[in-house]
Amino acid sequence: MSKKYWEKLPQGSVVLEAGSSAKFKTGGWRSMRPKWIEENCIQCMFCWMYCPDMSVKVTAEGKRAEFDFEYCKGCGICALECPGKKGNKAIVMEQEGK
Amino acid sequence: MTTKPLRLRELAKGDERISHGHRMCSGCGAPIVVKQVLMATDYPIVASNATGCLEVSTCIQEYTAWKIPWIHSAFENAAATISGVEAMYRSLVKQGKLEDRNVKFVAFGGDGGTYDIGFQSLSGAMERGHDMMYICYDNGAYMNTGIQRSSATPFGANTTTCPAGDVIPGKLQQRKDMTKIMAAHGIPYVAQASPSSWMDLMKKVQKAFEIKGPKFLNVISPCNRGWRSRTDDAIALSKLAVETCYWPLYEIENGVTRVTIKPKEKKPLVDFLKPQGRFKHMFSPENAGMLTQAQEYVDAQWNQLLKEAAAGEADKAE
Repeated sequence: MSKKYWEKLPQGSVVLEAGSSAKFKTGGWRSMRPKWIEENCIQCMFCWMYCPDMSVKVTAEGKRAEFDFEYCKGCGICALECPGKKGNKAIVMEQEGK
Repeated sequence: MTTKPLRLRELAKGDERISHGHRMCSGCGAPIVVKQVLMATDYPIVASNATGCLEVSTCIQEYTAWKIPWIHSAFENAAATISGVEAMYRSLVKQGKLEDRNVKFVAFGGDGGTYDIGFQSLSGAMERGHDMMYICYDNGAYMNTGIQRSSATPFGANTTTCPAGDVIPGKLQQRKDMTKIMAAHGIPYVAQASPSSWMDLMKKVQKAFEIKGPKFLNVISPCNRGWRSRTDDAIALSKLAVETCYWPLYEIENGVTRVTIKPKEKKPLVDFLKPQGRFKHMFSPENAGMLTQAQEYVDAQWNQLLKEAAAGEADKAE
């Protein structure tokens, strides 16, 4: 006899896999899209520290990489906090789908 | 264990211990706070979480954003839950059934779960002296259920249960000073922090983890839905809260107060109120006087804090 859906759930609704929310992609929420301009980036990592969605990828050497658009919700905190180089922001927000 | 160095590039190589894919609103301050707290240390952490935005949206059936053992508890008992876990851990170690791995116990709660509903269990856990830390992310209302006023809501704010209109001009009362109330419990460490000053916040977390006994940390956490502000200004607003002395950064260690970051120039409170739609009515002519009243309260609180800090310094000098 096949088990019903609720019977397959672990007892007490315990979630056994840590960080399993990564399977749930929140990138579709985004209406504004951050654009990373690498030549203006001073690698201050503020965008990484202030990202509420852990959507700034970091290389093995600890350098900033591209955004993780599967999860980025497009809030724009990174663009606002980006100090940029000589007044030129390294992150700008653009309308999604343009 | 030596204290983890706080360099952004080194930290970025590490694991955040909270995963993406959680369903907090775009631009929410709370995940930034949690990330900074968990990144500050390498100790194994066990957390409990009071009902609130953070709890409901990080752990939706089958998915969890947490990479640490995490217990969901009800609105009123996050502190009681984690104090029980801590007591059990201590007991099992004593009985030799568990190896002591220096596990740290943390409870997260919003301002509703801390200032109001969870207050009695928090007060009890602090009094019993459990080796735990309680972290309140204070967004100043019950945001999860639709912006109802809490005792952390600042004076004048427009919420759905104290709506600004013809009858009342928003909340009529001043907010409760929870950090001072926790300090009055006589616990070894109480501090107030802001995610905009990440270094300060993480240092406080590190310091607190080295202290045995109950600790309390109150962190401001902007909510663009409830504060009626833009989605990108969580960090900018928490910075303004510090600079206007609405949210001073200080710690009280064994009864001695110390202001950890003193703003170079104290900005007027309107700088913090203006970008937030919940204070919009305070700027209209018929509510003249509200701004002055709010400013006077912040000034009085700030001067009181400076006095306490000066007394603490004088104590040290003796």
